[in-house]
Amino acid sequence: MLPETIILDLERRAHRRRGIDRWFGRLGMVLTLITLGILAVLLLNLAVSGLARIDWHFLTSFPSRRAAEAGILSAWVGTLLLMVVTASVAIPFGIAAGIYLEEYAPKNKWTDFIEINIANLAGVPSILYGLMALGLFVYSFRFGQSILSGGLALACLVLPIVIVATRESLRSIPATIREAAFALGATRWQAVWHHLLPYSTGGIATGVILAMSRAIGESAPLITIGALTFIAFLPPPAVISHPPFLSFEWLFSPYSALPIQMFNWVSRPGEEFHANAAAAGLVLMVITLSMNGVAILIRRRAQRNIHW
Amino acid sequence: MAPAFVAPGRRLDKAVEALMVWILRLGGWASVLVTFGIIGTLVTESAPFFARVPVVRLVQDTMWTPLFSEPQYGIGALLAGTMVTTLVALSVAVPLGTILAIYLSEFAPARFRELVKPMLELLSAVPTVVYGYFALLALTPLLQMLYPDLPQFSMLSAGLIMGIMIVPYVTSLGEDSMRSVPMLLREGAYALGDGKLGVAVRVVFPGAFSGLAAAYVLAISRAVGETMIVAIAAGLQPRMTINPLESAATVTAFIVQVSLGDLPHGSIGYQSIFVAGAMLFLLTLGFNLAGHVLRKKFHRAS
Repeated sequence: MLPETIILDLERRAHRRRGIDRWFGRLGMVLTLITLGILAVLLLNLAVSGLARIDWHFLTSFPSRRAAEAGILSAWVGTLLLMVVTASVAIPFGIAAGIYLEEYAPKNKWTDFIEINIANLAGVPSILYGLMALGLFVYSFRFGQSILSGGLALACLVLPIVIVATRESLRSIPATIREAAFALGATRWQAVWHHLLPYSTGGIATGVILAMSRAIGESAPLITIGALTFIAFLPPPAVISHPPFLSFEWLFSPYSALPIQMFNWVSRPGEEFHANAAAAGLVLMVITLSMNGVAILIRRRAQRNIHW
Repeated sequence: MAPAFVAPGRRLDKAVEALMVWILRLGGWASVLVTFGIIGTLVTESAPFFARVPVVRLVQDTMWTPLFSEPQYGIGALLAGTMVTTLVALSVAVPLGTILAIYLSEFAPARFRELVKPMLELLSAVPTVVYGYFALLALTPLLQMLYPDLPQFSMLSAGLIMGIMIVPYVTSLGEDSMRSVPMLLREGAYALGDGKLGVAVRVVFPGAFSGLAAAYVLAISRAVGETMIVAIAAGLQPRMTINPLESAATVTAFIVQVSLGDLPHGSIGYQSIFVAGAMLFLLTLGFNLAGHVLRKKFHRAS
């Protein structure tokens, strides 16, 4: 039997610990809500200053020296075309690299090196991709300050995101699926194509969407390759009226992009241009946040429907 | 011995297999090519700079004015800006991110956690130029109400917003590693009579430490390389100062500032941004590798 005083003391301590726990639980909850609140304040702030500027005219006009007449036509067309280039490079290469590393690569020094390399690439500051694009694509390959250079820079930037997403969703498929395919005589590629890829579509799609949303919001690499110019025209159209009916001239056209246009307006003095910046920022936020929302939904659904 | 029976179409399957191995391998090599592209460009484009300027001047000089007629090459002036903004950002992101990680991993109800985690991730999905706008046009005026002498561009404002941006990196990596600490360890501590917070701080936190350290290191790397927030809100004037209330250019902001002007290939301005870029690459490479090693170590241990 413990003496009464010790039992009382133990109870007092337990009581105090419960108090501390309750207190920390509340602190954590409040801090979580505050942190999320910042996101809300950010959106609200953009909406208050920029919502009034968003109308049909804003979406269909070129930038202008007069703030009230300026619009984001060349910016969003530029962003769209950049994404065409980025997606058509980053998605195939990223998925291929992911499949190779997860399903094919032998365990050796070379594979270790590629892994460390991808881990590092994912953390390389985006502006360095811009410097690489400036030295390599703009000057060495002579692509100029074009949509092609910008799109390739962004593709290199998001490549690790696609690779990592592909690998993670392949890794979550149990080995038994592969063994079953091999037992029936499938080659490795047949196992990948008929079984592993269909099961990992959700994860890969999530990664691709997140990668594209990242690329849409990036401005630093585009600034280093000289995208910050006054663009009051659209790139030449991709579909033309005479044979061969398709033209790739737009790849070599100068361009603007949404985040670049926003940066331009932020760095100008004057309330009116700042309102334009807020409006462009709002458009940008709606695009990236809804892409992220879609990615979350796809991930949720993929997780719910698959029970190994 | 040759197989007695070869299924029809088997040879085609093998050919496709061989072809696909090469196509997929190409994808793996692409990622290595990008790294070589970055390193190669940084080396070849900054080499002419070092042919012209002795390396010691990077350390000796106290100002960074490569574009002036009497240029100074003290890269310390840029590094000071990067260091101060990074420290300000970390002073927000490390405590806040860690508390949120502990809370979400040990205290929050599962449903709340699953709801909140993806929403927190959205903070790092916001385009950085939007954060820059917010720092310059919303936070700075707010801070100026508290401290009227704060200049329009300040490292404090940029750093604070950058801190918010990197909270999700700390929280999500930290929470993952804390949750992978075995339940048995927690139960052992509970059996000895410790409370929830005590277990979190004395058992879970040390158990997940290398995972958390990886999160911190990767957060540093992010802060060092962040560009648009500092270029918009911290100022573009290189200045050797450690006072966050002043404005100063970071390594990244300098690259942006020079890129905004006309930039002929081979000019000193052109070369100087590659020197700054090489500096940045070395800094972040160190942090990225350290983060990678710590994460590996954590996964092996758990």
